[in-house]
Amino acid sequence: MIPLNQLPLGVEAEIEKIDLDKLPLKLIEMGCLPGNSISLIQKAPFNDPLYFKIDESHLAIRKDTAKDIFVRFIK
Amino acid sequence: MSKSLNIALLGNPNTGKTSIFNALTGLTQKVGNYPGITVEKKEGTCRLNRNTKGNIIDLPGTYSLNASSIDESVVIELLLNKNSEDFPDVCVVVTDVENLKRNLLLFTQVKDLGIPTILVINMADQMKRKGISLDIPLLEEALDTKIALVSTRQDKGLEVLKDAILNFRQLSTAQSISLNSIDKEYFKNLKKTFPNQSIYKLWMIITQDINFVKIDRKRISDATDFKTLAPSYLRRLQQKETVKRFQFINKVLKQGLNINPEAASDFRSRFDRVLIHKFWGYVIFFVILMTIFQSIFDWSSIPMDFIDSTFASLSEILKSKLPQGIFTNLLIEGIIPGLGGIVIFIPQIAFLFFFISILEETGYMSRVVFLMDRGLRRFGLSGKSVIPLISGTACAIPAVMATRNIENWKERLITILVTPFTTCSARLPVYAILIALVIPEGSFLGFNYKGLMLMALYLVGFVMALLAALILSKTLSIKSKSYFVVEMPNYKIPLFKNVGITVWEKTRTFITEAGKIILAISILLWIMASYGPGKDFYEADQIIFQDYPELNQAEMDIKVSSYKLEHSYIGILGKTIEPLILPLGYDWKIGIALISSFAAREVFVGTLATIYSVEGSKEDTIKNKMSSEVRADGKPLFNMASGISLMLFYAFAMQCMSTLAIVKKETNSWKWPTIQFFGMTLLAYIVAFSTYQILA
Repeated sequence: MIPLNQLPLGVEAEIEKIDLDKLPLKLIEMGCLPGNSISLIQKAPFNDPLYFKIDESHLAIRKDTAKDIFVRFIK
Repeated sequence: MSKSLNIALLGNPNTGKTSIFNALTGLTQKVGNYPGITVEKKEGTCRLNRNTKGNIIDLPGTYSLNASSIDESVVIELLLNKNSEDFPDVCVVVTDVENLKRNLLLFTQVKDLGIPTILVINMADQMKRKGISLDIPLLEEALDTKIALVSTRQDKGLEVLKDAILNFRQLSTAQSISLNSIDKEYFKNLKKTFPNQSIYKLWMIITQDINFVKIDRKRISDATDFKTLAPSYLRRLQQKETVKRFQFINKVLKQGLNINPEAASDFRSRFDRVLIHKFWGYVIFFVILMTIFQSIFDWSSIPMDFIDSTFASLSEILKSKLPQGIFTNLLIEGIIPGLGGIVIFIPQIAFLFFFISILEETGYMSRVVFLMDRGLRRFGLSGKSVIPLISGTACAIPAVMATRNIENWKERLITILVTPFTTCSARLPVYAILIALVIPEGSFLGFNYKGLMLMALYLVGFVMALLAALILSKTLSIKSKSYFVVEMPNYKIPLFKNVGITVWEKTRTFITEAGKIILAISILLWIMASYGPGKDFYEADQIIFQDYPELNQAEMDIKVSSYKLEHSYIGILGKTIEPLILPLGYDWKIGIALISSFAAREVFVGTLATIYSVEGSKEDTIKNKMSSEVRADGKPLFNMASGISLMLFYAFAMQCMSTLAIVKKETNSWKWPTIQFFGMTLLAYIVAFSTYQILA
C-alpha cells in the first residue's frame, strides 16, 4: 500500500484507505472511496497538481491532498 | 384555464444542465440575484402543453446537497423551504451519461427529500462513441423514477422530459436508501423526537450548520429546535451517508449500465497530451490569450468608431430639431454623451464574454487551472484564480463572484483583492482615447506603438495583480484548510446557443447595470456644471466683457462658457483638488473626471465629454476636443507624460463602486473593500506621480 502521490503514471491501482479526517467530503462525493479504481493520467510541471482518473471521474488534486489517500496496485 | 408548475433544475457542474435550461427556456430567461446575496438566480419559462406553463429555475451546479459554498447552499435552502414561492413541484436532476455514477449521488439525495424527481441522462449522443449502453426500463425501476435520455446537441429527448414533468404526480417519492443503515440509533432517536417530520429533511437541516451556513430555521416551518451533535461526528455520518448512497448506485448501475471499453474512442487523452503538455501547454495558452486580446481590439474598433460618431451626430441632430431649453441641454449635453460612453463598450464586452464562454464550454478552462496551479500558488493564489483573472479583463464584478469555487479561503481572499488590477473593459475607453491622443504613430518590429502601449497596460495590470498577491500572501496571516479539487471535464464542441445566450445575458446585464450609474452620474454632472453658487457664475457675461472688451461675439461665447464652468459647482470641486493632482500632470477638468470615475471608470470619457460640451461646441468628437485643450503655458494638456501618468493612475486605482460593493458582500466585511480602496488608490497616486515627474 502506498500513498497516492507515489503512484507512477499510467498504473492501475485501487483505493485502499482514505484519511477521513483530512479529506474533504467533496472529494469523497466525486468518487474517491475505498474500492474504486484509480490511475494517474498526468502530472503538471513540478509534479503538482496531479491529474487522476478515479473510477469514472477525471479530477486534479494537489500532491498534498494525495498524501492522505492510500492505494494498492491491481495485479 | 392555464396552470403553471415550478420546476427546479439541478445537477453537477459540467453535466450540460445549462444547455437543457437554454433548450427549454430560450430567451425567456431572466437573470437576477437571490435576495441579499450575489448568487445569480436564473429563471425562465417553458410551455409544457397547451394549458400548462413551466417556471424553470436553474439552480447553481452542485456535486451534492452538502453545500460547501454559497452557491451550493442556495440549492439546499430552496429545497428545504416549502414556503418559498419558488419551491419546486418537481425537480429535474441532470446527469452526464459518462459520469452517471457520480452524478446519481445528487439525484438520490434530492429524491430522498420527498420531492418528485425526474432523472435526465444528458449527452446521449456520446453513448455510441464511448461504448456505453443503458437499460432504461431497468434503471427507471431500480431508481424508482422516470428517466429522460436527452441530447441537446441533437435536440432529442426534450419531449420525453416535458411529458415526465407534466405527469410528475405519478412519480414515487419513496426513499432510495434507508437512513437507519447509516446510524440506526441516531436516526431512530431523531424519529422518536420528531415523529411527524421527514427525517432526511431534518438531517439536512442539522448538517447544513456544519456545512456552510446556518439556515434561518424559522423559515423552515416544520423544524424548530433540536440538539446537534459534535461536528466531527456529524461529518462522519455524512461520509457514511455518501458511502451508502454509492453502494446503492453501484448496485443499480451494475445491472443497468454497460461500458464496452473497446468501443470507446479516446479524444480526451489525445487532446490532453498536447493541451497540458509541460511546455506546449503553456505556449498554447499564451497564444490563445494573445489571439483573444488581439481580436478584441481589431474586431471591435469598427463598431466602436461607428457608435462614437453616431452619438456625436445624434447630439447635433437633436440640437437642431428640439426647441431650446433646459431639457434639451440636459439631453444633448448630459444624457447622450453619457450614454454614448457606455454603448461604445458593447462590442468589446461581447467579444470578451464570447471567448471566455467558449473556453469554459470546451472544457479547456479546467486544463488552464491545472497548468497554472503550481505557478500561481507561489503568489498565494490558486490555479482556480485563473478564471477570475481572465474574466477580470471583461469586468471585475463577475470575476470576484467567480472566485467562489476556490476552496481555500486565503487563496480566495487574495484573488478577490487583486482581481481589480486586471484591465477591465471599463478602463479600455480611457486607455483608448488617451493612447490615441498621446502615443505617436509608428511601429516597432511590425507592431504599432499604440497597440504595444495597450498590450503593456494589460501586462502591467497582470504583473501588479501577481505582485500584490505575493505581498498579501506574505502579510496576511490566515489559517485555512487547504485543498483543491478540479474536475477535468470532457472536451466538447461549444454549443452555439449556449455561447450566444451567455454573451447576450452578460453584456445586457453589464450595460444595464453600468448604464444606470453612468446615466445618473452624467445627469448629476451636468447639473453641477450648469449651475454655480455665486456672482462669478451668473454674471459671467459682464465680467468677461469688462475684462476683454475687444473680443468678437464667437470668442466671447467661448470665454464666457469656460469662465462659467470654472465657477460652477463642479468647477469649484475640481479646483479644490487641483493642487493634489497638479504634480501628476492633470488640470481641474481631469480632476472632475477623476472624481466621477470613482463611481465607475468608464465615466471618465463621458465626464470629459459632458464638461467639454457644456463648455464649447457640441458637434466635435470628444477626441478633438481633448487634443485642443491647453495648459496655462499654451502647451497641450494631454502629452506623453500626463497621458501615461493618467493611464497608470487608471490601471491601479480602485475606481469602481460596484466592485467594492461585491467585495463587501463576498468577504462579508467592510474591512477588505476598505483596504482595497485605499491600498490601490494610494499605489496609483504614487505611480502616477513618479511617472509624471520622470517623464515631464
